[in-house]
Amino acid sequence: MKHLLSTADLSKDDALLLLDTAAQMAATQSRAIKKLPTLRGRTVVNLFFEDSTRTRISFEAAAKRLSADVINFSAKGSSVSKGESLKDTALTLHAMGADAVVVRHWASGAPYQLAHAGWLDAGVLNAGDGTHQHPTQALLDAFTIRRHLAGRRGGGDPDGVGADLAGLRVAIVGDVLHSRVARSNVALLRTLGAEVTLVSPPTLVPVGVETWPCRTSYDLDATLADWRPDAVMMLRVQRERMSGGTGGAFFPSPHEYTRYYGLDARRLAMLPDHAIVMHPGPMNRGLEISAEAADSERAVIVEQVANGVAVRMAALYLLLAGDPSAEGNDL
Amino acid sequence: MNPGTGMPGHADARADARPGPETDPGTRTVLGAADVARALTRIAHEVVERAKGVDDVVLLGIPTRGVTLAARLAERLAAIDPAFDPVQGLGELDVTMYRDDLRRQPTRAVGVTRLPGAGIEGKTVVLVDDVLFSGRTIRAALDAIGDLGRPRAVRLACLVDRGHRELPIRPDFVGKNLPTAVSERVRVLLSEVDGTDDAVVISAGGGER
Repeated sequence: MKHLLSTADLSKDDALLLLDTAAQMAATQSRAIKKLPTLRGRTVVNLFFEDSTRTRISFEAAAKRLSADVINFSAKGSSVSKGESLKDTALTLHAMGADAVVVRHWASGAPYQLAHAGWLDAGVLNAGDGTHQHPTQALLDAFTIRRHLAGRRGGGDPDGVGADLAGLRVAIVGDVLHSRVARSNVALLRTLGAEVTLVSPPTLVPVGVETWPCRTSYDLDATLADWRPDAVMMLRVQRERMSGGTGGAFFPSPHEYTRYYGLDARRLAMLPDHAIVMHPGPMNRGLEISAEAADSERAVIVEQVANGVAVRMAALYLLLAGDPSAEGNDL
Repeated sequence: MNPGTGMPGHADARADARPGPETDPGTRTVLGAADVARALTRIAHEVVERAKGVDDVVLLGIPTRGVTLAARLAERLAAIDPAFDPVQGLGELDVTMYRDDLRRQPTRAVGVTRLPGAGIEGKTVVLVDDVLFSGRTIRAALDAIGDLGRPRAVRLACLVDRGHRELPIRPDFVGKNLPTAVSERVRVLLSEVDGTDDAVVISAGGGER
C-alpha cells in the first residue's frame, strides 16, 4: 500500500493490519513519553483545500508523535488563493521533498489525481475529498466499534485486537447524501463483516444507494426498535453543502429534521444496553443529536478523537516506514 | 562465559538422534532440547547471582522467541527464589518502531509491548533475546527502554551469541557462544512457537538480519 485513498480499496487483511497497528499505537499514547522515533527525518505535508481543524490537528499530532516533520499548507491565504493549480502545488511539494501528503479537498477525486498523475512520488493520504471518501475517519470508527463491541463476543483479546466486526450491526443516520464518512464506513464496515443500515430522509439518500452493500431506511424509530443496532453513528447535517439556508430544499425545517432523525433521550432509551453512540464531529447539538445523547455514557465521541490519532499514526507508519521497493511488501 | 555447554563438534554428534531440520542438506543442529534447557537454567542462576537475589529483577523478552525464553527464565527464577513473581516480573518489548533498518525492509508489523506489572523504574531489567548478532535489535531495545522509564540497570541475556557485532554491545548472560560465518543463518526453534522440539540450528545461505 503506497497510498490510502479509499476504504473500498482495502482488503480485509489490509484493514485488520491497520486496526491492529493502531491498537499498538494507541498503547504507546498512554505512556509518559508519547513520541516514537519511527519516522525521524521524514516530511509529512498537510495539504488542506477545505477548512478542517480536527482532522488536520489529528494528522499533525499523529505525524509528530512518530517524529516526522510536519508542514501545514492551507489553501486560504496561500498560492492557491492566487490561482495556483493542483498540479503546480504538487510539483512544489515534490521539490520540497515531501514523503507523504495528507490531502483534504472539496473536489471528489483530488487525492486520486495527486497520487496517480505522476506529479509526486510521495504517499498520498486522503483526509476527505468532496462527497467521496474519508478513509481514516472510517478506520477510527471501526477501531472504536471493535474496541467496545468485538471484545464482548468472548474469547480473544478484550479490546478486540485481531478480530473483525462480523455480526455487528451499525446504523448510520442523517445526511448520507453529502457524507464521505458514510461512504467510507459502508465500504469498510462491510469488508470487516458488519451489517450497515443507512437511515435518512428520502431527500438525503444518494442516487445509486441500492448498489451499496447495505440496507436503507427512512424510519429511525423502526430501525432502532426492530433492527437493534449495536452502534448508532449520527452524521452531521452539512449545512455548508446545502443551498438556501438551514436544510435548504432537503427538509422543511430543522425542527422537523430533529423530530424524525435526531437522536434524543427517548431514542437513546430504545437502544440495546451495550449499544454505543458515535458522531464524527463537529456536532450540531440540538439538530442531529441532543445534548443528553451527546453527553450520555454511551457516547464514545471524545474517544473517537483519541482513536483518530492512533489510527492516523498506523496509516502513516504503514505507508512510510518500510521500503516500498523491498520484496514482499504487500502493504 | 558458558562452561555448561559443549563445543560445536560435541553438539553435532548428538544431532543425529533427532529428526527435523537437519533433514535439510546444509542444516545442522548445534543445540538440542536438553542443551537449551540446561543453558536457560544456568542463565537463571547467573542472573540471580549477578543481581545478588531476585529483588527488583524484571525480565523483558524481545519478540518473538525472546518472549518465550523470558517466560521460561521467569519460571526458573521463581524456582530458584520463590520471592520472584513470574507474572509481575515478566514483560515483552517490541522494538519495531525503534529499528534503524525500517527503510531497508518491507513494512514490519508492529508487535505488542507489555511492561512487567512491577514496572521498570528503578529495577534491574534483563533483556532476553534468542540470537545476538549485529546488536542493532538491542540498540533499538535500549532506546525503547529509555522512553519507558529509567531502570537501575539493564542486562542482556541471549540463548546464542553468534558474533559479528556492528555496535559496541555485549551480552551479560549467554547460553552458547557460536562461531558462525556472516552468511550462515542461525535459528532458534522453541516448542511453544515452532511446534517442534527445542533446537538451535545453523543453515548455510543468506544471513538473517
